[in-house]
Amino acid sequence: MSYTIEGETGPWELVIGLEVHAQVVSNAKLFSGAATEFGAEPNSQVSFVDAGFPGMLPVINRECVAQAVRTGLGLNAQVNLWSRFDRKNYFYADLPQGYQISQFAHPIIGTGQIDIELQDGSTKTIGITRLHLEQDAGKSLHDQHPTKSFIDLNRSGVALMEIVSEPDMRSPEEAGAYLTKLRQILRYLGTCDGNMEEGSMRADVNVSVRKAGEGYRTRCEVKNVNSIRFVMQAVEAEARRQIEVWESGGTVEQETRLFDTGRGITRSMRSKEDAHDYRYFPDPDLPPLVIEQSWVDQLKAALPELPDQRRARYVRDYGITPYDAHVLTLEKETAAYYEAVAKGRDAKQAANWVMGDLFAAINRTKTSIAEPPVSAADLGALLDLMADGTLSGKLAKEVFEVMVETGRAPGLIVEERGLKQVTDTGAIEAVIDEVLAKNADKVAEYRSGKDKLFGFFVGQTMKAMQGKGNPALVNEVLKKKLA
Amino acid sequence: MSLDTATVRRVAALARIRLPEEEVARVQGELNGILGWIEQLQAVNTDGVEPMAGGNPEGIAAMPMRDDVVTDGGIAPKVLANAPDREGEYFGVPKVVE
Repeated sequence: MSYTIEGETGPWELVIGLEVHAQVVSNAKLFSGAATEFGAEPNSQVSFVDAGFPGMLPVINRECVAQAVRTGLGLNAQVNLWSRFDRKNYFYADLPQGYQISQFAHPIIGTGQIDIELQDGSTKTIGITRLHLEQDAGKSLHDQHPTKSFIDLNRSGVALMEIVSEPDMRSPEEAGAYLTKLRQILRYLGTCDGNMEEGSMRADVNVSVRKAGEGYRTRCEVKNVNSIRFVMQAVEAEARRQIEVWESGGTVEQETRLFDTGRGITRSMRSKEDAHDYRYFPDPDLPPLVIEQSWVDQLKAALPELPDQRRARYVRDYGITPYDAHVLTLEKETAAYYEAVAKGRDAKQAANWVMGDLFAAINRTKTSIAEPPVSAADLGALLDLMADGTLSGKLAKEVFEVMVETGRAPGLIVEERGLKQVTDTGAIEAVIDEVLAKNADKVAEYRSGKDKLFGFFVGQTMKAMQGKGNPALVNEVLKKKLA
Repeated sequence: MSLDTATVRRVAALARIRLPEEEVARVQGELNGILGWIEQLQAVNTDGVEPMAGGNPEGIAAMPMRDDVVTDGGIAPKVLANAPDREGEYFGVPKVVE
């Protein structure tokens, strides 16, 4: 059943395409030697090139080109060995050159595709139209002064990849899943840190609606949406607005809109018909960008394992379910943690502990997998203590909680608190004898056929042993004594 | 091809050039003169010739590249030296309200 929104005139389909701006991970900017680091003092990472001083010549950063190529390869896309930079002309206070150096007619990366995973377990292929390199603009602060805006050019000239999708998405969920997957791929590749809060990744969302079987109707672009959740909300809000326009007899005008996150609606941003007249032309400062196939091959050979490959490997080598593999590979930090725990151990048990107890502890302590409350080595050691019979599953959970609280290694905790599981059959027998003597009536009932009482005896024994009895041994001895 | 006065005004507006009404006709004449020269160039037969965007034909000199090393920046006073208005280490501009 495909996603539709019910209007007064019946169901409407959604057509969604995304343009994602992803900041390239590099030390220096796209065309200058100034630093890219986030959060520096205003205008301290600005060269004369970035400030648009006259007579300054841009020289491209090889690593930024490599990052674009890696990303293209990760998106299963065509790499263009010949590409070119154009000037996109517009005026804004944080664009000192008066134009953005971008790639309009000849992008470095052509068509590609990625598979997205949906809630119902299905996958869908989304087409990539292109990826091109361009300069970021500076940052404007509007709330520091009653009549002035403040401009910081530290971000001016930082390399961006603009990644354009085909209009292949049909629901807010698919748009969210696409952005999730794209972010995951970029983070695995190390070509963008994917930090949406700091603005390293932002999306322009193109939305239109239509009746089943129709071609495309006019679309609107919702600019600069900065979280996956907001993208999904903006898609739905904009689709509902357009449906209302069409159903009230109006016409949707092609325009740029903003998503008001507080009110959950989109509003018109600029209506000037000139806004999109960027008068692109080839940048006369820059010769064509020509790269060698052999270099592309080298970059390809050195690509890290991508999420799809890793997920398949987990299912194949670790024998965990596709769903567990999906969850464990969503963030590369989670995958690294999991592999450290699973290596040489019961991989399924490791998956359960990471996804269950560890995730819960991270939520509870408001930490992250990058700075986990329990290290992978310590969790692994805990699993080892279960494997060698030192700890029962129940005791292991208790020890884990102490590990979260104290950050200490499981071996130390077991020793200090005397939590070691009792595997001495003699000791267990002594306790059981006592339990049976105290409950002679129940023993009689059990022997006369009330099998269910067995659990009662196990419970009493464990209670008497403060949970430290080895469950298998307790069972074994009880069966023997009650026989 | 020739430009009408409306197009001349629009091009000026896009380039943020103030064009007084009495100059529109003169600028129109100048721009149409330039377009006339370009039309002459169009007459040259370029069948089978690769288009060239700049003085650097494909393959003769590829774009030079720099290494990914921080070699610049840390010159905020110089960058801000010519600013008509500054607020601390920021450029100050008339409020840009969206």
